[in-house]
Amino acid sequence: MSPSRKKVAPVAKAKVPDKRVATKAGAPAKAPAKRAAAGNPAAGTPRTVNEFMVLALVMESEAAQRYAEFADAMEMHNNREVAELFRKMAVIESRHATQIMEEMGWEKTPPLPVGMPTWDGFEAPETAPIDEVHYLMQPYHALELALANEQRAERFFARLARVAGTDSVRKAARALQAEEREHVELVKAWMAKVPKPDADWANDPDPPSYTD
Amino acid sequence: MNDIAAAVALTPASFKSGYKPIWCPGCGDFSVLSSITKALAKVAVPPEQVAIVSGIGCSSRIPAYTSCYGFHGVHGRALAAATGLKVARPDMTVLVTGGDGDGYSIGGNHFLHACRRNVDLTYIVMDNHVYGMTKGQASPTTEPDWDNKLSPGGTGIRAFHPLVIALASGANFVARAFAGDPNGTADIIAQGIRHPGFSFIEILSPCITFRPEQREWKQAVHPAPVAPTDDPARAARRIMTDDGFNIGVLYAGERNPYPLREGTPKGTPADLEAEFLL
Repeated sequence: MSPSRKKVAPVAKAKVPDKRVATKAGAPAKAPAKRAAAGNPAAGTPRTVNEFMVLALVMESEAAQRYAEFADAMEMHNNREVAELFRKMAVIESRHATQIMEEMGWEKTPPLPVGMPTWDGFEAPETAPIDEVHYLMQPYHALELALANEQRAERFFARLARVAGTDSVRKAARALQAEEREHVELVKAWMAKVPKPDADWANDPDPPSYTD
Repeated sequence: MNDIAAAVALTPASFKSGYKPIWCPGCGDFSVLSSITKALAKVAVPPEQVAIVSGIGCSSRIPAYTSCYGFHGVHGRALAAATGLKVARPDMTVLVTGGDGDGYSIGGNHFLHACRRNVDLTYIVMDNHVYGMTKGQASPTTEPDWDNKLSPGGTGIRAFHPLVIALASGANFVARAFAGDPNGTADIIAQGIRHPGFSFIEILSPCITFRPEQREWKQAVHPAPVAPTDDPARAARRIMTDDGFNIGVLYAGERNPYPLREGTPKGTPADLEAEFLL
């Protein structure tokens, strides 16, 4: 079977009232502790397409969960526009996960293969770090975050395509790498449609921090 | 559905309530909540057999965000309430959640004696080295030189070392985790739940509002380079000499837990009440 996930076109055309510049939110996560076995690039690499697709499923599921968490957090802080955007992202990633389940004929999430995952850092490459959001962030920031996630995912699949030990896994990794590359372009196109935030976007005249 | 089928069907979502957390976006506690639900799914105890008890503080809101039984109690008294619950209902899996202020300051004495009693509880402390809910005062684990308007120049007071205190007081399981590693944290919580006796899990959970510099923790944390030990002296040496960013199970002891009566109590609440009549 050839693994694929249908692209889901961006549906939001966010309108942002002011123009601010991204700073913290959306910046790619710096590398935390490395988990991949040093000196052995193939360590922890999926041996079969089945194993590979389990990893892909985990990536999509965890990304969807994190976007949903972000959407909830933004809703609670009345940042509705960004909440809506994150909710859409969660739906998109959930669809990807569902497609993998359907294509693989899985009725329930299979267990991760022993010794996996072996991605760098603590979380799957497509998962946004929990601390890279801000209650005043704007749609542009959310898209920056999504862009960084898709770029990490593309790099992850590119690495797998290089180090995979079998042709079938290599082929599957290349297919998903290509999809992630398309997602990168989609997010970039989406970003072009929303205003860039001003430099003082995080300024709050009534900040939560008394110590400011 | 029989018990086995029910256990198989449990997922992290089974443990989430419909309430949405009100924490600041970016708070580490979101991840800890996720880790707790993942851990409970992993140990496959249904929500109706789990109670989560908390005190006061941002992180103490966790019970409401789960579908388990919850008790959002008095400041610093979560461990006392949880101990009573576990002794009365040993069939329940009891988790205690809170922050560093609630657990180490207001509840400091309860912490010592909960470790000493070694009742089969899992105590999860989300440590951000600050009182977040009350707007950023120094807590027991705040660095002595943390300078802010509320403690100019820093408190100058040596920081509390919860893992050493827990170990010295008799906790049977001592671990450190990091909120930015939700899956690793879930594994540690699951181990803590399964380990008999009092399990203490200190989770470094950044407060991005009052301690934004804690975002750097994700560069500092690293897996503990050694396997867990059951030797308290060795564990104490490791904990006292590490850099504070070792994550993993640091001590898994073999002390007998506080003895609990077997099975579910058969009496009614009225029978229980009658026992306390003067």
